Amino acid sequence: MIEVEHLVKSFGDIHAVRDISFNVHKGEIFAFLGPNGAGKTTTIKMLTTLLRPSSGRISIDGLDPVHHQNEVRKRFGIVFQDPSTDDELTAWENMDLHGALYGVPRRVRTERIEKLLRLFELWDRRGHPLKQFSGGMKRRLEIARALLHTPRIIFLDEPTLGLDPQTRNQLWAQVRKLNEEEQVTVFLTTHYMEEAERVSQRIAIIDHGQIVAQGTPAELKAQTSAATLEEAFLALTGSTIRDEGADQFAQMRTMAKMWSRRR
Amino acid sequence: MTAIYMLWLRQLKRYFRSRSRIVASLGQPLLFLLALGFGFGPIFRRAGQGNYIQFLAPGVIGMTILFTAIFSGIELIWDRQFGFLKETLVAPVPRILIMIGRTLGGATVALLQGFIVVIICFVAGFRVHTFSAIPLALLFMALIALLFTALGTAIASVLQDFQGFQLVMNFLVMPIFFLSGALFPLAGLPVVLSVLATIDPLSYGVDGLRAVLSSQAHFGATVDLIVLGALSSIVLVIGARLFSRIQL
Ligand SMILES: Nc1ncnc2c1ncn2[C@@H]1O[C@H](COP(=O)(O)OP(=O)(O)OP(=O)(O)O)[C@@H](O)[C@H]1O
Ligand SMILES: [Mg+2]
Repeated sequence: MIEVEHLVKSFGDIHAVRDISFNVHKGEIFAFLGPNGAGKTTTIKMLTTLLRPSSGRISIDGLDPVHHQNEVRKRFGIVFQDPSTDDELTAWENMDLHGALYGVPRRVRTERIEKLLRLFELWDRRGHPLKQFSGGMKRRLEIARALLHTPRIIFLDEPTLGLDPQTRNQLWAQVRKLNEEEQVTVFLTTHYMEEAERVSQRIAIIDHGQIVAQGTPAELKAQTSAATLEEAFLALTGSTIRDEGADQFAQMRTMAKMWSRRR
Repeated sequence: MTAIYMLWLRQLKRYFRSRSRIVASLGQPLLFLLALGFGFGPIFRRAGQGNYIQFLAPGVIGMTILFTAIFSGIELIWDRQFGFLKETLVAPVPRILIMIGRTLGGATVALLQGFIVVIICFVAGFRVHTFSAIPLALLFMALIALLFTALGTAIASVLQDFQGFQLVMNFLVMPIFFLSGALFPLAGLPVVLSVLATIDPLSYGVDGLRAVLSSQAHFGATVDLIVLGALSSIVLVIGARLFSRIQL
């Protein structure tokens, strides 16, 4: 469903993604894990037509996102890492606008919006502008919205960020249900290793823009002789201090570049 | 088509829901009308130029549309910052349609704001010579709205954040307003000022409005219409290109 070969993305001298290759099969739940700044979001942006790759090849359901943007866009739903709603509009209006942009016919739209808003327990608040919503409620709305047009693939970039345990469990239960009943392919990132271990069938671990390991959770644990995925993750990606240092340097370089460009 | 309509509607909803913004943005035209209109009125008359309110009103209408339109276009930066832009950019809709929807929405908002100022001008004593001038005046208002919303969108497509906004205001929008002849007649100006006014797009908008509403023209309504029409098309095309190149 998703094929990536030798994908590279550089922002000036920041090499966010350096030559990664992987495949996600149809109907699979695939977790893309890595420390902060590893290149997960950048990869998702390239897969979802928001960024052009510096080099390499991507195929989504047999189509290249660089050349067949709209065909590719029809096939996926996405929950971004950062908010992407209009806070002046109500929950209903945000959903309705999304449905209209994706060409969902009005009647189907109305039905599905009601179903999804009820599912994510937002139906009672449908008429309220999102600026009155809590962080978790907004997050739930974004997830509901991503499912509105019945996509074949969903990208979830840290979907459980800021959610309470109840909602997290409910979200993953929903994702699995969709995956089992409708064979929706799921590409997710998260920093909660136990979530990844529980829901995903295969995992790729990315660090400094490179994939350092791929396999089922069991394979990754066996490879590193670790008891949990979290241990395996730490064994593969090293100490946090090193990563934070690298990230700070990357940030400083970004800042320096912004300044020099302005002058 | 649905996409254009929905994005247009979104812009209108946002406008009608921010009453404080509507009221706040009327303060400036009101101040210009009162302070300049009545303040300079006597001098203007003594200089043999007639009624200053009659002269100034089209300028203030043009100013309001200019500011609202640029601001509506620049709102794109907000959408980028608060994330909503991503939602529209991954939708299976050609970017050009998204840009058109946004621009039409912003232009409509600017036009509405212009209507309110027209009413204020009437209250301040502005009078139209013939009511048959109104459709043409509407056309000019719409063109000003479209041109500058598209310009705002084009600029916002290349700006990454708010930091460039002040620069745009001070070095582009303010000069466009002050050099347009909104406040003073363009006849008999020093050469430099005259040249600047001639390359200022708003000059043609204000002149067009003045031609049809107050029967005072510098370039003439036909020239104004051609220049505005051509410029709007060009800026729309450039804006659409820049918008379709946005990467996040
Ligand atoms: N537009 C950009 N310009 C410059 N550098 C960028 C840009 N976007 C991302 N980067 C850099 O690319 C690297 C990877 O960032 P990315 O957002 O993909 O990380 P991530 O794996 O999603 O991290 P996190 O877990 O913190 O979300 C970082 O070093 C980041 O600073
Ligand atoms: Mg990320």
